[in-house]
Amino acid sequence: MDRTPPRVAGVGLTHFGVHPERTGRDLFAEAAERAFADAAVPREDVDALYYGNFMGELTEHQGHQAPLMAEAAGLTCPATRYENACASSGVAVREAVRAVRNGEADVLLVGGAERMNNVGTAGSTEGLAVAADDLFEVRAGVTFPGAYALMARAYFDEFGGSREDLAHVAVKNHDNALDNEFAQYRQAIDVETALEAPPIAEPLGLYDSCPITDGASAFLLVSEAYVAEHDLDAPVAIAGTGQGGDHLALQDRTDLAFAPATEAAADEAFADAGVERAAAAFAEVHDCFTIAEVLALEGLGFYDRGAAVGAARAGETTADGDLPVNLSGGLKAKGHPVGATGAAQVVEATRLLRGDHPNSDAVDGDVGVTHNAGGTVASAVVHVLEVRS
Amino acid sequence: MSDDFTPENPAPDGEYDAWLDAVDAGDGYHLVCDEGHGWLPPRRVCPRCGGDLREEPLPDSGAVATFTVVHVPTPSFAAEAPYATVVADFGGVRLTGVARQFEDLAVGDSVAPAVGEREDGERLLLLERA
Repeated sequence: MDRTPPRVAGVGLTHFGVHPERTGRDLFAEAAERAFADAAVPREDVDALYYGNFMGELTEHQGHQAPLMAEAAGLTCPATRYENACASSGVAVREAVRAVRNGEADVLLVGGAERMNNVGTAGSTEGLAVAADDLFEVRAGVTFPGAYALMARAYFDEFGGSREDLAHVAVKNHDNALDNEFAQYRQAIDVETALEAPPIAEPLGLYDSCPITDGASAFLLVSEAYVAEHDLDAPVAIAGTGQGGDHLALQDRTDLAFAPATEAAADEAFADAGVERAAAAFAEVHDCFTIAEVLALEGLGFYDRGAAVGAARAGETTADGDLPVNLSGGLKAKGHPVGATGAAQVVEATRLLRGDHPNSDAVDGDVGVTHNAGGTVASAVVHVLEVRS
Repeated sequence: MSDDFTPENPAPDGEYDAWLDAVDAGDGYHLVCDEGHGWLPPRRVCPRCGGDLREEPLPDSGAVATFTVVHVPTPSFAAEAPYATVVADFGGVRLTGVARQFEDLAVGDSVAPAVGEREDGERLLLLERA
């Protein structure tokens, strides 16, 4: 395979938030329009659309979304939807990277969209639960907050840590979202507020959980040859990609307080990029719940097992820490339109590296990492982004 | 029995419904490979080592590995909330079930499997303290 990493040529997001009246096609059209406006790439050069969406059948009664989204983006080209729960567009990114690298395409539109608020809290809780094992988990009352709460209690039991440690993750990610115009929550919170919030699934409360979000993400992924031929200003490369898998049901895992799929994805992605973990200047990780950020940091190998729960509290992962985590606000504060999230992480990481993100000043280096997880991390996708000359 | 399946007369879910029937009758089982990896049906091979599987009786009780008290349920569990979702170790296999009695529930507590019914008539696996 050609190891020349593809470049991110233009990026776009919608506002992530509560937009129950906006159709998925309208959301994706806006994100794609922004991506094209950000890139000197004409629509006729696009070879294909790689698109992520999770619960479109349930919330919009709309399957076969990819051709619809290509139309919304102003394209007539092959279009494929990827579905791996909350890692749907992370997987789309990975497949797009592979297609460009092996010479099958020069220009791809990559992204995702999700509409959730139109079905309310109960409807979206039901929709998200579909990512778990229907027979042995959902029929036993497992919700997604519930599943992560099961992991949180197992983590506390094995390694220690507290709800207060997790509250610091929420506080940090809310702080990071303050200046992000695309973020759902742009209010600072304090630890006390997080701890006093109503319980969702004990030990997790309202502020341990990401919100229900409508939104879309899109970017143009182009070959290095296309960049050279068209003299594009596209300094950020997706230098490495990795994916890991695990048993779908939590009960079948060897370990309830670790995410081996993340570890496998990270090992592959760092090796693929030829980059050491220590080179990472920041990470955008899948913090659908506060405990998920802790599990991500340990699975990614930035922390030993049992050591990441206090990272936010110690200031190690805050914007001014050694390894800023979720400078975008993360899923927790930026929001989590599930099918859009993996590609949105690449959008945010690209802007952080290019220097045009409100939190770019916190980035000291030229390597960023994205981590997107599906279900209770039965799927994980990791990408290593790097500024190239 | 009519095979005109409707929401009121759903098709059985194969080995899953058969397994619930067995648990309900006190004859619960799980599937084990030669390496001792345990699973619930239907499985044709061990997902971890690829080995053949055989049925083994499910122990009468298991130990709570982790649990959560759910306050925001899916619509089908609205009448149950709050309830505990429990993951319990039964030797070679873990089960996930509902504990309606969860006051002072703790990791390590002993729970026993049983089959209960939700308000809408759907069956569910219960894991109440033994």
